[in-house]
Amino acid sequence: MDQPLRAQADALEHLLKAKSLLHDNDLQAFHHQVTEQWQPRNGARLCARAWTDRSFKAQLLTDGRAAAASMGLDMPEHHRSLVVLENTAEVHNVICCTLCSCTAFSIIGMAPGWYKDLEYRARVVREARTVLAEMGLHLPQAMRIRVWDTTTDTRYMVLPYRPAHTQGWTVQALEALITKESMIGVARLEQPPANAAVTAPTGAA
Amino acid sequence: MDGVHDLGGRQGFGTVQPRGHGEPFHSEAEIRIAAMWVRLVRQGLYNMDEYRHAVERMEPRHYMAASYYERTFTAVATMCVERGVFSAQELDSAAGAPVPLSRPSKAGRVGNLQLPDIRIGDRVRVKNEFVPGHIRMPGYIRGQTGVVVGISPPYPFPDAHGHGLDSPWQRTFDVQFDSRDLWPDGAEEALVQVGVFHGYLMLERPPCSSEPQPAA
Repeated sequence: MDQPLRAQADALEHLLKAKSLLHDNDLQAFHHQVTEQWQPRNGARLCARAWTDRSFKAQLLTDGRAAAASMGLDMPEHHRSLVVLENTAEVHNVICCTLCSCTAFSIIGMAPGWYKDLEYRARVVREARTVLAEMGLHLPQAMRIRVWDTTTDTRYMVLPYRPAHTQGWTVQALEALITKESMIGVARLEQPPANAAVTAPTGAA
Repeated sequence: MDGVHDLGGRQGFGTVQPRGHGEPFHSEAEIRIAAMWVRLVRQGLYNMDEYRHAVERMEPRHYMAASYYERTFTAVATMCVERGVFSAQELDSAAGAPVPLSRPSKAGRVGNLQLPDIRIGDRVRVKNEFVPGHIRMPGYIRGQTGVVVGISPPYPFPDAHGHGLDSPWQRTFDVQFDSRDLWPDGAEEALVQVGVFHGYLMLERPPCSSEPQPAA
């Protein structure tokens, strides 16, 4: 199935290079960006600092783009706003893009394959609790769910709820705990019940 | 356009498959395609709205069956042909097989200059509009009411920008809808926030004014 796509990519590359619209260093630079720079550790730095620095958290929740810039994290020019959504013990936020695949990719990393799949895009706005459970996150019935559909160039990131067992951890240890999935909102970081999800049988629901 | 890309709330889809499908890319060809897409945006061959619309213009059966980066490839190749970078015949020849491209664009539209004053907490209604070109209003909020919970800086107006038309930039508003209003008796309970361009909105209950309103 991938063979035609590779042939098409080769053809496009050949034609663009022939027109001097593309050079090898463009390909190398992009590869470097997606594999080295646009990584979830960027968002993890923002979240871990918000967990441990009250004034930074206030800035992050007020103007996420400026807070990210203050830590040396750039966003593409067309992402003019970063809205950070705080998860609590009672509220769970989850982000999606029903029309295509928009994400704050320079902050939380490139969108995972499933995020761009038709199933997630169609279903999460309408049956979030079921979709999250299928993905291993079984939320308590009392947890209120907020879904954010990325239909403009404003970008969203979930600030995960800090698990109680991490009191006293170093910032580095906290950063290592924070995953791309938790910043999209399809995972939480607490010990059970939220983490029970991760070990739930594959075929559940 | 009411295309098959507008998936929010569509029924009949199966389980999301996160296991083994968490990586953004599945082959080096996909990374190259993404690199070429980004390179040509930066060069100004097309803007992001034109790119998105080129994806939406894919023949529906092709869109539904294609992988994510096949859709990216199709949009980039279509834009290159439409901009005259190379011809469809050159592309077919280089690929060694016919390459399906997106269907032609319909008309875009410029934004309204008269926009209501909208603030956080206002109840707003999404206009009941149907446009043949690019729009960033998911169909599931059309005609629905919600409450404004956030305001963004101005962005290019997609309905114009996606067609190369000049139009004033517009703010977007994060509008909060109740899933049970969007799909009565047909959704799980949640609050759904959608970024909505100013021009797609009208105030549901305009503030009382002492001035007489002109007759419609």
